[in-house]
Amino acid sequence: MSAVVLQIACVAGLLGLAILAIVLSRSKFSTAVIYSATLAVSAIALIGSIRWLLGGTANATGLTLPIGLPWLGAHFRLDALASFFLVVVNLGGASASLYGLGYGHHDPAPHRVLPFFPAFLAGMNLVVLADDAFSYLLCWEFMSLASWALVMAHHREPGNARAGYVYLVMASFGTLALLLAFGLLAGPAGDYGFAAIRAAQHTPYVAALVLILMLLGAGSKAGLVPLHVWLPLAHPAAPSHVSALMSGVMTKVAIYGFIRVIFDLLGQPTWSASVVVLFLGGITAVMGILYAMMEKDLKRLLAYSTIENVGIIFVSLGLALAFQANGLKLAAALAFTAALFHVLNHSFFKSLLFFGAGAVLTSTGERDMDKLGGLIHRMPFTSFAVLVGCVAISALPPFNGFVSEWLIFQAVLQSPELPQWALKIMVPAVGALLALAAALAAACFVKAYGVTFLGRPRSLVAEAAAEVDRYSLAAMFILAALCLLAGILPGPVIDALSPVSIEILGSRMPIQANEAWLSIVPIAESRSSYNGLLVMVFITISASLAVYFIHRFASHALRRGPAWGCGFPDPTPAAQYSGGSFAQPIRRVFGTLVFRARDHVEMPAPGDVRPARLRIELHDLVWEGMYAPIAGTVGFCADRLNRLQFLTIRRYLSLVFATLVTLLLVLAIWS
Amino acid sequence: MVVISDIVVQGIQMLLVLLLAPLLTGFVRKTKARLVRRQGASVFQPYRDLLRLLRKEVVLADNASWLFRVTPYVTFAAIWVAAALVPTFATGLLFNWTADLIAIVALLGSARFFLALAGMDVGTSFGGIGSSREVMIAALAEPAMLLIVFCMALVAGSTQLSTVADFLGSSYVGLRVSLGMALVALIMVALAENARIPVDNPATHLELTMVHEAMVLEYSGRHLAMIEFGAFLKLLLYISLIACLFFPWKIALFGTGPLAYTIGAGVYIVKLAVAGFLLALFETATAKMRVFRVPQFLGAALMLGLLGTLLLFVSRSF
Repeated sequence: MSAVVLQIACVAGLLGLAILAIVLSRSKFSTAVIYSATLAVSAIALIGSIRWLLGGTANATGLTLPIGLPWLGAHFRLDALASFFLVVVNLGGASASLYGLGYGHHDPAPHRVLPFFPAFLAGMNLVVLADDAFSYLLCWEFMSLASWALVMAHHREPGNARAGYVYLVMASFGTLALLLAFGLLAGPAGDYGFAAIRAAQHTPYVAALVLILMLLGAGSKAGLVPLHVWLPLAHPAAPSHVSALMSGVMTKVAIYGFIRVIFDLLGQPTWSASVVVLFLGGITAVMGILYAMMEKDLKRLLAYSTIENVGIIFVSLGLALAFQANGLKLAAALAFTAALFHVLNHSFFKSLLFFGAGAVLTSTGERDMDKLGGLIHRMPFTSFAVLVGCVAISALPPFNGFVSEWLIFQAVLQSPELPQWALKIMVPAVGALLALAAALAAACFVKAYGVTFLGRPRSLVAEAAAEVDRYSLAAMFILAALCLLAGILPGPVIDALSPVSIEILGSRMPIQANEAWLSIVPIAESRSSYNGLLVMVFITISASLAVYFIHRFASHALRRGPAWGCGFPDPTPAAQYSGGSFAQPIRRVFGTLVFRARDHVEMPAPGDVRPARLRIELHDLVWEGMYAPIAGTVGFCADRLNRLQFLTIRRYLSLVFATLVTLLLVLAIWS
Repeated sequence: MVVISDIVVQGIQMLLVLLLAPLLTGFVRKTKARLVRRQGASVFQPYRDLLRLLRKEVVLADNASWLFRVTPYVTFAAIWVAAALVPTFATGLLFNWTADLIAIVALLGSARFFLALAGMDVGTSFGGIGSSREVMIAALAEPAMLLIVFCMALVAGSTQLSTVADFLGSSYVGLRVSLGMALVALIMVALAENARIPVDNPATHLELTMVHEAMVLEYSGRHLAMIEFGAFLKLLLYISLIACLFFPWKIALFGTGPLAYTIGAGVYIVKLAVAGFLLALFETATAKMRVFRVPQFLGAALMLGLLGTLLLFVSRSF
């Protein structure tokens, strides 16, 4: 059986499971049956795509199914790029299914989740496999609608209905942009097959328009600022394992669409395209993490951090475009590989963190960090796995997040080779933005972890929390192990990504397998090298040495007592640092500009026994400056047009007559 | 055989930084005291402090978690590894190829991440204030650091410290304005990262202005000893970094034999002494700034780094 047939069979299996879930909806075994079956199917698809990717030299295989448009059929194709993204999709799907086996039992309305979960996975698989514009758009819409249904699964919770509405509007807008982009690509001849689009020559004008439309279409799904507004609403509204899929995987499917069109279908890029992508990526990275820093809802914080990571990936793709446009093949392969590596890494740790947030939600019923705290004592395994995820996402060695960001910085350092002055000056500035985003990410995850898991419990539910089930823990620990593995053995990952780079750019990074001691060397050893394994080993050895000497020679005495706190006991847990107070220094430094943040202190007069209050005022300038006016205008026009619904029959007839005359007049003047 | 001698030299370097770090801090403290006409404690006082802390019992807050107890060892190990990766008396050592400058900075970031978490662990407001300010300073220092790295990489064509040191030491690079800017920027970042005046005051206690000391307030005994030792090592690391990047004189090349290594080590100690003296002089002459003036201070470092980079572009092409 050829590889693409296997993948399509898996998709068919997932769709079958969706139907089975409807049939089983009232059965008490439905959760266990559906999630274990999706786990099995995703695992098969995952193994199939990994085998294809590691097979190296295999040629792309296509498949045409006689469905869809009658004269066209539906084309599917499995190539290196698609197989890499299938790995991401199915790994996310498998881990979310495993997690769902435990988490799903706590769902109040499983029949609203179970049918759509496999359908959503099938949709994402199909988008990656599609090989003509029609199937692509159809699958894209299928994926969007399935995920919308999952966002609306708990539609009675406050805020979820609004989240679903905003998501639907933005998804329709994105699909419209994609539709126009594919229309332009197909040209007047109208051949919608990707092979024909790839072979055609596109004028620079069309290429520029397609780039803008793809940034609008794929960018809105991926969460590029300022099209990100739906993401922090919709991702947290879904059940946690679906949030993990939406944040960790669906944004990657959008990035796949961007890569497919801009790098693959459009042919040789121009350097000016990279300026736009770099700029948007840099802004997205910093804005995303600043939003996250201000957030106190754990799942929304994670959703904002997804925006940051999407920004990082787009910066890297922008670098790849810049190098590719100037014929710097090796540097382009480096930047492109770094982007793909970060795609993979982000799917690992973001899924892990959403699973952790889901575990906290299951065990306490709270997403508000300011009502949590001290969970490390009551949920030791969850808190350990989440700690690994936090270190990894903060781009700290020896975990995987650092490796991909290090590769991106190495690509940034190649920028002096670029001939264009605009890029020469821009790339270091974007590099500084990336460094800022990385440091803020570390700050943000110190906050998230510190407020949620450390300190003293801030509420009764946090005090009564208990460890979650074994399936959830297994899913988290598998992802945590992958975070560490990809961090200490980056060489094999880079080598596995090389077929994708060869297929899309025609070049690859140097083979890493031959480097001594499993180092990675992006360009040359004299330029830069990194060895995650040795760093890990050194840290372990020196920490063990320190522990050994301390325990051999130092005092063993240990006494437990009340916290010292400079001799000032603060009796209530409310006196601890909360999320808001932790963010205060960064809010004062960056927030006054970005969010027009103001602190208002209401100090009662002397003698007044009211408590003093601190109120923080934050403005989401993107929403207030861009979306609120548009929504207001639409509402205003709709109100005006609404009057047309209440006319008499005579007025309707005259309206029709007037329209007819106007149209005829227009036609007469036109011709 | 070669590998064994490599490991021996590398081991000597790891032990050297470990032995010298408390001495450097003691020297800085002694010089500061002498500059204000005080007698001051002996330069060996930090060793005695460490021994005293090691002999004391640990008083642990009731609700301190395992993370709180693991953090001192993790941060110490991360800083020690980072310090061992910076060339001190010789370049091209075995471990130098393990990580470049970006990775070294990130290793220090790992140490800070855990320390900031430990500050949040006990759940007192002092720990929180220290952690939140520490991460703010880090968020401002890191972009500046990256631009310095960028500037150096542009000059030397590498981020590998050994290569950069060899390049700047051997060939005639000349006095470049951008290198000067990078040096000033790196000194500013180093002051901020090591919690020195004017960003933070290592000698203060029980003040709302303190950052690093507030974060580690709950530590005692052997745990505090590890954290203090880590702080000593970090100061040594940054001075070694500045010395290796900007003043790589007499730094021994790889494989030049014991004599060159000895000379390199001697010169290295002289460099440390000079840098320690200058640090003490600067700290005596400056006042600590308010916490929310730090963004301007580090913003200046960022601008210097950016300006240095842009100047390199200009001077290269014209």
